[in-house]
Amino acid sequence: MSSIGTGYDLSASQFSPDGRVFQVEYAQKAVENSGTVIGLRGKDGIVIAVEKLVTSKLYEAGANKRIFNIDHHVGMAVSGLISDARQIAETARSEAASYRGQYGVGIPLKYLNERVSMYMHAYTLYSALRPYGCAVILSAYEAEGPAMYMIDPSGVSYGYYGCAVGKAKQSAKTEIEKLKLSDMTCKDLVKEAARIIYLVHDELKDKQFELEMSWVGAHTNGKHERVPSDVKTEAEAKARQAIDEDSDSDTEDM
Amino acid sequence: MAFMTKGDWYNSQAFWQNGPAPGAIYNFPGNTAQSESNGFQRSQAPITTGTSVLGLHYKDGVVIAADVLGSYGSLAKYRNCERLMKVNDNIILGAGGDFADFQYIKNIIEQKILEEECLDDGFSLKPKSLHCWLTRVMYNRRSKFDPFWNNFIIAGMDDDKPFMGTVDKLGTAYADPVITTGYGAYMATPLLRKAYEDNKEMTKEEALQHIHKSMQVLFYRDARSFPKYHVGIINKDGIEIKGPLTLESNWEVANM
Amino acid sequence: MFRNQYDSDVTVWSPQGRLHQVEYAMEAVKLGSATLGLKNKTHAVLIALKRATSELSAYQKKIIPIDKHMGITISGLTADARMLSRYMRTECLNYKYSHDDVLPVSRLIAALGNKMQTCTQRYDRRPYGVGLLVAGYDDQGPHIYQTCPSANYFDCKAMAMGARSQSARTYLEKHLNEFANCELNELVKHGLRALLDTLPNEDALTIKNVSIAIVGKGTEFTILDETATADYLWDMEGEEERGRPTEPDVEQDNRPPQVPPPDEGPRDPIPAVAMDTE
Repeated sequence: MSSIGTGYDLSASQFSPDGRVFQVEYAQKAVENSGTVIGLRGKDGIVIAVEKLVTSKLYEAGANKRIFNIDHHVGMAVSGLISDARQIAETARSEAASYRGQYGVGIPLKYLNERVSMYMHAYTLYSALRPYGCAVILSAYEAEGPAMYMIDPSGVSYGYYGCAVGKAKQSAKTEIEKLKLSDMTCKDLVKEAARIIYLVHDELKDKQFELEMSWVGAHTNGKHERVPSDVKTEAEAKARQAIDEDSDSDTEDM
Repeated sequence: MAFMTKGDWYNSQAFWQNGPAPGAIYNFPGNTAQSESNGFQRSQAPITTGTSVLGLHYKDGVVIAADVLGSYGSLAKYRNCERLMKVNDNIILGAGGDFADFQYIKNIIEQKILEEECLDDGFSLKPKSLHCWLTRVMYNRRSKFDPFWNNFIIAGMDDDKPFMGTVDKLGTAYADPVITTGYGAYMATPLLRKAYEDNKEMTKEEALQHIHKSMQVLFYRDARSFPKYHVGIINKDGIEIKGPLTLESNWEVANM
Repeated sequence: MFRNQYDSDVTVWSPQGRLHQVEYAMEAVKLGSATLGLKNKTHAVLIALKRATSELSAYQKKIIPIDKHMGITISGLTADARMLSRYMRTECLNYKYSHDDVLPVSRLIAALGNKMQTCTQRYDRRPYGVGLLVAGYDDQGPHIYQTCPSANYFDCKAMAMGARSQSARTYLEKHLNEFANCELNELVKHGLRALLDTLPNEDALTIKNVSIAIVGKGTEFTILDETATADYLWDMEGEEERGRPTEPDVEQDNRPPQVPPPDEGPRDPIPAVAMDTE
């Protein structure tokens, strides 16, 4: 980024001489400082998992959730500034409600993704505004099967089989690529998602974290909901075990 | 608090004065507010209507009933209109009067409940809150001389105590252990009041008996009624809506 | 004086993905006097240290009632706090009017968070330069919430903010497990001890500079009057000598290491991580 500091990076409505909009790229940096979020799309549903970093002992457990229900059938996980993200969740809820009000059925994720993307994109066009400092993952289980999209601060979005965003997105992606996602059920995905979050969590830099997980799929009748605590606890126990075994074998190798 | 502040999903706030709104780029065309200037007709009469709704407290809950007829004037046109609505795990709403108005309000309430479920914060709407909210809505519309043409009964459990309230198209609202609307206000009120005064601690079965009897009396005398009805039961274990139940009747006397 | 070229507006992201203007607004919270909140299973308590700007002035109000079931204590720009408290009161009244019930605390905080967020994203606005501690009681029990200029908010077991509040937080963290099951009287005393830790040694808590508010089961939000406050302070007095380490005695100090109280007077702002991205 040789153009940093040359004065072309102070406004969202300004291009740098080499054709980039730096303010949008900087907003993406805010996302990269945040806890890791992953989304896995299996054959019968989607599981999303969030590494929610906890910065003080004085906070109540389970506060400041990073997974939102957008509609009966749609879930959203966010990475980046949580206050920005809540605004996007609110917009997404309005859009979903508006569609339901007009057509009487839940909004197809394709359309919701389009509307939320364009909303976020609108904030990259004007000098009077700043781009959102967060990325969101949308998930739903529809008649055609599971669907998942990720939108970044620029307003760009893609559909995914597996995606990761946040601090450790690189190592999380590497782990996700090892999975045969299209053969896996939600039950398997929950375990893998928990394992990956525990694996990529950096204990030295960020001490405490809470794992947040939700799913939507055939087994929930297309309803997006938090993973029940017993299933989650089991997955977390397995994840810890896997990490412990891993570090044990590492020491043996040495 | 989305459902309190957002009256209108189509008009997002502009970024700045006379500037573009977030929605302007992707909203459907033709959503700009201009309908007010074109004039409109206020509702002056209901079109498709439902008749009475009856409600009665019993020892540990509330029983509420409404038949399934949608009358088009004096024509018994629709014979399968359910007029009891499960709002959430704690509230049943019963409606008489204009069926389209009821469907419209039902839609809004369903959206309100959905938004609350999405929040997933452990709170759920209470019957007294819905009663109050509906009263505000009804009174507001009547003050514009454009009322929703309905009688509503809201039944539910409030802190493990039975609650039942009503509101009509004028915004008149009250809570009581015995509530009847429409023709039932004339015919069934004395029956149910007496039943309640005689035994305030009646069982569910007794309450159902009284309601059934009243529905039968109404069927004999109310020309807009029907011998099939739904009954809703609500207590601390939850909600049950049963039906359609059939009313037996004997019209031999008509041949004389 | 300028830290860098990216700190002029709220709409400017720094290359590291930070918002310096928002971080500076977070500094405003530390300019207010210390204030704290804590709760047990049935009650939430706010305790604030009031300042008087001169010998002749009254002590600045630190606790603002919002509704029967809720109140706030503030640190930072008082005028900004008044805008927010007016908004909160209006929301509570509207909810009462339309739903005949008290507004759940968590929902008000979420609405407030969204209101505050819009000010962090537009060129023609600035963030609210005030932090709030909200004490409330609803169907889910007592709550303490903290809100920040960054529009972040936190559901807390206990929290302190304002000038020299780190020592109070240290106290609160140390005794965190005792709060839930202790009596209301004991809870208030914990709060006073925590607040006392923020004071320089020569200062003391008095009925003039302490403000206590309580809300909880069967208790509407009340700011205690001087007589009631005096009772608590009187209770405290006896234990003050043994409870409060006058000089950090290395031998006996079993508390975790504390941040030394910052010097009074002008200093360069040292932003903490203002926009927690966690």
